[in-house]
Amino acid sequence: MCDQTFLAITFGPCDNCSQNKPLMNIYLKNEPINYCSLCVELMACQGLAKGETTNTLKAESESLKAKLEEERAKLHDVELHQVAEKIDALGQFVMKTRRTLKGHGNKVLCMDWCRDKRRIVSSSQDGKVIVWDAYTTNKEHAVTMPCTWVMACAYAPSGCAVACGGLDNKCSVYPLSLDKNENLAAKKKSVAMHTNYLSSCSFTNSDMQILTSSGDGTCALWDVESGQLLQSFHGHSADVLSLDLAPSETGNTFVSGGCDKKANVWDMRSGQNVQSFETHESDINNVKYYPSGDAFATGSDDATCRLYDLRADREVAIYSKDSIIFGASSVDFSLSGRLLFAGYNDYTINVWDVLKGTRVAILFGHENRVSTVRVSPDGTAFCSGSWDNTLRIWA
Amino acid sequence: MHSYMVSKMSSKMVGSNNLAHARRMVQQLRVEASIERIKVSKASADLMRYCGENAKYDPLLTGIPASENPFKDKKPCIIL
Repeated sequence: MCDQTFLAITFGPCDNCSQNKPLMNIYLKNEPINYCSLCVELMACQGLAKGETTNTLKAESESLKAKLEEERAKLHDVELHQVAEKIDALGQFVMKTRRTLKGHGNKVLCMDWCRDKRRIVSSSQDGKVIVWDAYTTNKEHAVTMPCTWVMACAYAPSGCAVACGGLDNKCSVYPLSLDKNENLAAKKKSVAMHTNYLSSCSFTNSDMQILTSSGDGTCALWDVESGQLLQSFHGHSADVLSLDLAPSETGNTFVSGGCDKKANVWDMRSGQNVQSFETHESDINNVKYYPSGDAFATGSDDATCRLYDLRADREVAIYSKDSIIFGASSVDFSLSGRLLFAGYNDYTINVWDVLKGTRVAILFGHENRVSTVRVSPDGTAFCSGSWDNTLRIWA
Repeated sequence: MHSYMVSKMSSKMVGSNNLAHARRMVQQLRVEASIERIKVSKASADLMRYCGENAKYDPLLTGIPASENPFKDKKPCIIL
């Protein structure tokens, strides 16, 4: 249902060097041409053309930005919540903590569900990464990382490995052994290397590739087996804090958000930044795709969450209240996309009606900031992790 | 949120990098300006339709009985 109306990234001979590579569409003298990413970089670094100065380029930049805003505004014929007035309001929600996972010695920073819908991996400031059975609350595996502040962790699609990283600037993959006595750290594989902290990581559709984001301002795609860098993504001007892959039906793109207040959408094969959104007033802490892949939500230190539609190329909803003044650290959608769960630094989780823009529930329970919120793969529950050292399963 | 973390990267813009950076900005903006967009009314209608079609499959939205939700039961019956 999502036809890709942004650039169709092609693979073929570069118009400059003739090599067969993933091509980026650029405009030279207002003509669209296809260059490979290396030639794009080389072209950017050439000497000044006739009449060109940094000032003329800057002026052109400003006029293009104005044109972009104008084009976006032309299509802004209605607000999402106005269109949503005709649908029924949601009833009362009763969601309670069904499980509390205790065992981390310090702040829980990140968590991820396994595709089997019952296992969870979580990581903490104390350097521990724990794999839990969420049904029984038993700990199945525990690894101690060589660094503190393990800000990122992810479960492999197969369920056979987990990836994690943080202040060590790396992303490491640990195969999970059925033998509980085996020392997981012995089989550790270092995959990604950044020049600043690792903020987020995610396997792509297989165990073979990992996408990472970092405090060094870049995202990168890595081959797990060889540790080779497959593609890097430059465009953020400050730390990148979060990334999310588009649901698999919609192709090879992902979205990232960072301290430059921007959310960028990228093509994974060419490295091109295809769309960019800058309406938040502070750091974007978390980005998550809407289940259809046509939109994504963000949570920010400006105490709002926002919804951006990719085909309309603009922000279409803001989820905020005057009474909410603390930053939103993490967001996730329910399976149908109607509900948005957002964890905040004021220790609460707010549940929003995505279409109407209203809040439908506030969940209390954590005793410190909520740092991560993820809905389970089958949508039966969601898990929250907090600086109070615990994780909670809500349903 | 990140005052406790390692200091943020500063964008390095020194000397000739200014020119390359400005060129990249212009290229990037040209690319972004050229994409095709649809109206918010159409985009909204599509989002609403997706929610409507999938609402019945969304346990957190519709609420499923405790007997079917492994988290709601204290002692779930798991068929091994």
